[in-house]
Amino acid sequence: MRILIVEDDKDAASYIAKALKEAGHVVDVADNGEDALGIATDAHEVMIVDRMMPKMDGIQMVEQLRAQGVATPVLFLSALGKVDDRVAGLQAGGDDYLVKPFAIAELLARVEALGRRKGTPETQTRLVCGDLVMDLIAREVVRGNSEIDLQPREFKLLEYLLRNAGRVVTRSMLLENVWDYHFDPQTNVIDVHISRLRGKIDKGFDTQILETVRGAGYRLHAPD
Amino acid sequence: MPGIACMRLINTRLIRTSWFRMAVGYAVLSIFSVTMLFALLYWNTAVFVAEQTEETIEIEITGLAEHYRQAGLFGLTEVIQERSKGQRLSLYLLTDPNRRPIAGNLNAWPPNTQPGEWLDFDYQRTIGSGQVEHRAHARHLILPGGFHLLVGYDVQDQVRLERRMRQSMIWIGALALVLGLGGGLLMARHWLRRVDSVNKTVSDIMGGDMTRRVPLSGTDDELDRLARNLNNMLDRIEALMNGLRQVTDNIAHDLRSPLNRLRTRLDVTLMQDVDKQAYRDALIQTMRETDDLLKTFNALLLIGEAESGLDRSRLEWVDLSMRLGDVVELYEPAAEEAGLAMVSDIEPGLGVRGNPNLISQAIVNLLDNALKYTPKQGAVRIAAGLGEGGGPYVLVADSGPGIPVEDRERVLDRFVRLEGSRSSPGSGLGLSLVAAVAKLHQATLSLEDNHPGLIVRLQFPPSAESVSSSGIAREKPGRRRRR
Repeated sequence: MRILIVEDDKDAASYIAKALKEAGHVVDVADNGEDALGIATDAHEVMIVDRMMPKMDGIQMVEQLRAQGVATPVLFLSALGKVDDRVAGLQAGGDDYLVKPFAIAELLARVEALGRRKGTPETQTRLVCGDLVMDLIAREVVRGNSEIDLQPREFKLLEYLLRNAGRVVTRSMLLENVWDYHFDPQTNVIDVHISRLRGKIDKGFDTQILETVRGAGYRLHAPD
Repeated sequence: MPGIACMRLINTRLIRTSWFRMAVGYAVLSIFSVTMLFALLYWNTAVFVAEQTEETIEIEITGLAEHYRQAGLFGLTEVIQERSKGQRLSLYLLTDPNRRPIAGNLNAWPPNTQPGEWLDFDYQRTIGSGQVEHRAHARHLILPGGFHLLVGYDVQDQVRLERRMRQSMIWIGALALVLGLGGGLLMARHWLRRVDSVNKTVSDIMGGDMTRRVPLSGTDDELDRLARNLNNMLDRIEALMNGLRQVTDNIAHDLRSPLNRLRTRLDVTLMQDVDKQAYRDALIQTMRETDDLLKTFNALLLIGEAESGLDRSRLEWVDLSMRLGDVVELYEPAAEEAGLAMVSDIEPGLGVRGNPNLISQAIVNLLDNALKYTPKQGAVRIAAGLGEGGGPYVLVADSGPGIPVEDRERVLDRFVRLEGSRSSPGSGLGLSLVAAVAKLHQATLSLEDNHPGLIVRLQFPPSAESVSSSGIAREKPGRRRRR
């Protein structure tokens, strides 16, 4: 993926760039909003934008981009972590919001998730991963020949994993997108939900499609 | 000289007060209305009396003229002489065509008379042995044969009445002015003194003494209400400042030691000549500790925010039952995994005004604690309903070790972790956040004994919206549980 980083902290920008390159992405860096507007092209699949920058802050920059019709997904980085700050970021046209400081694994997972967003329309009615099929209209899940009975929340969890199939999904991403919580409980609540889901979709099957990625999160993944 | 300067200062300050200006305005207005009233009274009285006088003179002059026609000059002279006797207020003078007096009680013909016209003149009236100048009102008539007849009336009493009325008017006007100005000055001084006490307090506070408050006069008037509001505002500002100060104090105090530990480890690791794996381990350990530091830091910020009530104005309607249901659903599998029975008994339709995120966070913290401290085969119960006072309550009970009575107050403070719990993970901020969230929502947080275990009870105050589906929330008067 080609990614644009807009961050005035040059050190931070170079670390992020390094990590993204390591993960196989192509990276451009701008250190303020004005420059970024000049650099941003359709070739960028994701933009990582710091919220507070000199000259033009991230919010203004993204608003301007959106006004110009640029739809590239934007991940805001910010030290402002209150719910209101997050809402302001998303209202300005951001697609995700990550509070500083963050784990690199978290950033990578979110960037990948955003990058994929361009390809998969939200309007899809069938989500597939290997022999697992989710019918969003009938709200049915089938793996192989057997129907899988899921609780509403488990369905939502699996739906999110399916939409991000093949990519790492972190615990905070799950908390935010499946439960709408923007804080981390101390108990391993997510792990338990995942293991329950795993018990329903993987147990008794030869191939395990829901895997744990150490130090990062989970991935739904169909072996070729 | 300084005294005079001071006086002048006070006077100009008094005069510049809105009270004084208002008082002067009222004084002018009252003088104006008094003047108008008197003018009306004066005019009515004077004109009425004058008209009566003229009427009397008119009747008499007509009568005399008639008498002259019938009885001739002699008859008229006789009548006039008759009427001129004694101290009467009617005045008569009959003269021949050359203005030589024939009869009457006036000695001389007044100057400047026009036949048929009214005139005013002064004449000498004999009172006792002396002569006094009196004012008279009269009419001049020329009788057939060229005789002049003057019939008048002594109006000295009217003149006196009019003069007295004018004087009264001036006096009353002056009195109104003095009372108005004096009253205005007094009120202005009173007002100024009380406003000065407010100003003094405010400048003291600006000078740094946040403990000062505006004194109340105890009359519960508008100034007292203003002072009370100011004091409430100051209390609020002080609470906010204290909250912020506490956050910074805590950050300084409680983040320094872990930071120091972290630094020391890095120092020591660098000093030693160790292998790659040891560096790696040190880095991983450091990362873990920075994560913990951040969690503490975030928790402190959140507590500070909740405690100082920064967001109180932005509280919104929160569907408490739904929030609780969500949290229970999130924790149920984890409880089961931990070998705990989780029971939830949540009445539907409960609601509070609040910050939804903070409420969820507080309940998550309570369940975190319950799961952490309850041993296997134990039970965790979460319940919600309407409390005695009509406000909704949330209750989280576990069958863990509980908290000894003497520690229950203390455990709500920041960073307090009881002996025996030091080995389990956590920042010691979980319950402090719950306490702060409770305070933000004016809810009462109480810790009770579950025999064995702990019951944490959050009692929200009653509000019009406590129950969205039925109206039982407001039937009983609100009763606060003791803290």
